[in-house]
Amino acid sequence: MPRRYMCIWLPLLATDSIEKRRPELCGRPLVLSASQHGRTVVTAANRSARDEGIIPGKVLADAKAILPELEVLPDDPGKTIQLLESLAIWCLRFSPIASVDVPDGIILDISGCAHLWGGERSYLDHIVNRFAQGGYVVRAAIADTVGTAWALAHFGAQRGIAESGQQSSMLEVLPPAALRLEPSALARMEKLGFCRIGQFIQMPKSILRRRFGDALLLRLGQALGHEPEELKPVVPELPYQERLPCLEPIRTPSGIEMALQLLLENLCNRLSKEGRGMRIGILKGYRVDGNVQQIRIGTSRASHNPHHLFRLFALNIQTIEPALGIELFVLEAPLVEEAPKPQEALWEIRGERTKIAELLDTIAGKVGMGAIHRYLPQQHHWPERSVSVATSLDEVPKVDWPTDKLRPLHLLSRPEPISVMVVLPDYPPMLFSHKGRTYKLAKAEGPERIEQEWWIEEGQLRDYYRVEDEKGARYWLFRSGHYGEGEPQWFLHGFFP
Amino acid sequence: MEGVKKEIIQNLREKIMLMEGFKGNIMEVDRSSFGLEEMAPAFPRGIFPTGTVHEFISPTAACATASNGFISGLLSGMVKNGMFCLWVSTGRSLFPPALKAFGLDPHQVIFIDVSFDKDVLWVMEQGLKCDALVAVVAELGEVSFAESQRLQLAVEKSRVTGFLHRRRPRRRQALACAARWRVKPVASKVPDGMPGVGHPVWEVELEKIRNGKPGKWRMGWRGGAFVFLPRVQDIPATPKKEHYA
Repeated sequence: MPRRYMCIWLPLLATDSIEKRRPELCGRPLVLSASQHGRTVVTAANRSARDEGIIPGKVLADAKAILPELEVLPDDPGKTIQLLESLAIWCLRFSPIASVDVPDGIILDISGCAHLWGGERSYLDHIVNRFAQGGYVVRAAIADTVGTAWALAHFGAQRGIAESGQQSSMLEVLPPAALRLEPSALARMEKLGFCRIGQFIQMPKSILRRRFGDALLLRLGQALGHEPEELKPVVPELPYQERLPCLEPIRTPSGIEMALQLLLENLCNRLSKEGRGMRIGILKGYRVDGNVQQIRIGTSRASHNPHHLFRLFALNIQTIEPALGIELFVLEAPLVEEAPKPQEALWEIRGERTKIAELLDTIAGKVGMGAIHRYLPQQHHWPERSVSVATSLDEVPKVDWPTDKLRPLHLLSRPEPISVMVVLPDYPPMLFSHKGRTYKLAKAEGPERIEQEWWIEEGQLRDYYRVEDEKGARYWLFRSGHYGEGEPQWFLHGFFP
Repeated sequence: MEGVKKEIIQNLREKIMLMEGFKGNIMEVDRSSFGLEEMAPAFPRGIFPTGTVHEFISPTAACATASNGFISGLLSGMVKNGMFCLWVSTGRSLFPPALKAFGLDPHQVIFIDVSFDKDVLWVMEQGLKCDALVAVVAELGEVSFAESQRLQLAVEKSRVTGFLHRRRPRRRQALACAARWRVKPVASKVPDGMPGVGHPVWEVELEKIRNGKPGKWRMGWRGGAFVFLPRVQDIPATPKKEHYA
């Protein structure tokens, strides 16, 4: 497919943006100024100032002399570049690749985009009109190369479109400045009497190189399409991305669902062909008013099942605010992994795993991934450290679960202090009281001594006792530390069934 | 004549059971795998009903532990290698390594810890709809009749077994569950003159069961299986209000 590029030039960008913010300045001559080489120079001028002959580059004092009522504001180039970048990001609704052309242009790679708006002419008109509605003066042009599009936008007819392969004939009538040359090269050209590109475009390369250096040949080659030119997109294009522009802005949840289904089917088709699956998915809705709404999902294993992914997204669709309508949907998969191949086993264990993984994704979508735990044994005796959380469904224990020591079925996350009555030191307690209630103990066994793991944490050992009260309830109590080193503290730590 | 009558009655019973949601014998587990032979007369068709929702009520923390012990014992009969069950709860204190003592591999249990009862119910319903799971255990406080009906509808399609464990419920209302159990711990037995605490012993009461007969048993868990102790009727009951931690 031949590449097509659009160059959008905003000649009055800086002053337009100020007039948008301060409507009272509209219609009055306005210039921005900055000091250069010890003089204050006009760096940008709006239309009414230009009508009076005040153009950028003029010394501010001269401009004031021409027009005493001139409005002068300080220039802020950083802010203008920021604005340009945000405009380029806004342009992503027209094409997936947009880049900034410093200081006042935007370049779009529109290959394969224009037909969605009914051809290049209406596409161009649509974009120019949208900018005009936003209060920006723009000139735009479409061509096969960035160079020609730039030349046409800056020096050609308004809204020029160069048909495919017509670069040289379009360029011939334009001045040499349309080739984005250095001022010194331009000055030399003027001296030699070149006022149109057509006068030297046919000259042998060696002659041009000798007179004007490699830069001219590079620029000429870029404009004609012989030399490659890389764009630097404002938002890097993701390898897994699907776009769906809408002719009419979408405002209803069912419309969003239909768009999502379409996008998911396309993306999942592609993923399944490549044997990959989505781990993170983002659905973005570009609103008419410039806002971008997005919802995000995560899966616990790579999936390319459109129904499953749709269900995950569906939980959050109501959080999208369409407001006046969404004109473009983009589905991205920033994290993609090898999908587990469906194994044709006699017993469909794999299939069951996938079903459970999908169930967990659904649950995680509602209550959060942090709510789901699966535990594996750890070789620690200290009860709080004897389990670790597994990260995936396929993880299996590396060591066996210990069975030699009895552990309580319920373990309090924090041991609760109790007061006990003990006949002799190192004997199990006779009774204990917890939260104002006293329990008389009938049976007891222990102690099971568990030492603190000093290489992990300093602290006192625990002597655990398994006890049963008169009514048959069974508890796990421990004493922290030895007798003889002050009064040891007792705790209730768990319940046995 | 007698035989014909019996057969007709048997057929009618089967029909009624089908209508009440006891579908087919496809998923039914061999009754010996639960070790509940002594309870068999209480169950419909003499088999512990799987593929339905069982309700457990625990007024105290000690009872909740005993109920979870009983549920773990039941789960160990159902969960085969490589299969999973879901354990959904609010404020969970269950300690996974202890499940091993009940014959259940703790890594085959997926724990979902949420903050609200309504989230527990939502997760449980999703889990019960997923036929790749063996069982779903939910620990929560309050549940309404309508919510329990939703759960029952979900299991009738998927044949997953649900255990709805209500801890310290404030209200006592009937639910659309197939069975209601109460488990409380009783004093363990050790041979005379021996020190220590014995194996877990519980008083298991089946308060309600669809198409079965309620009953009360004294039973425990020893050596990886349920063991039954002498019937409750033989032991003098102590009707006294109980308090536990």
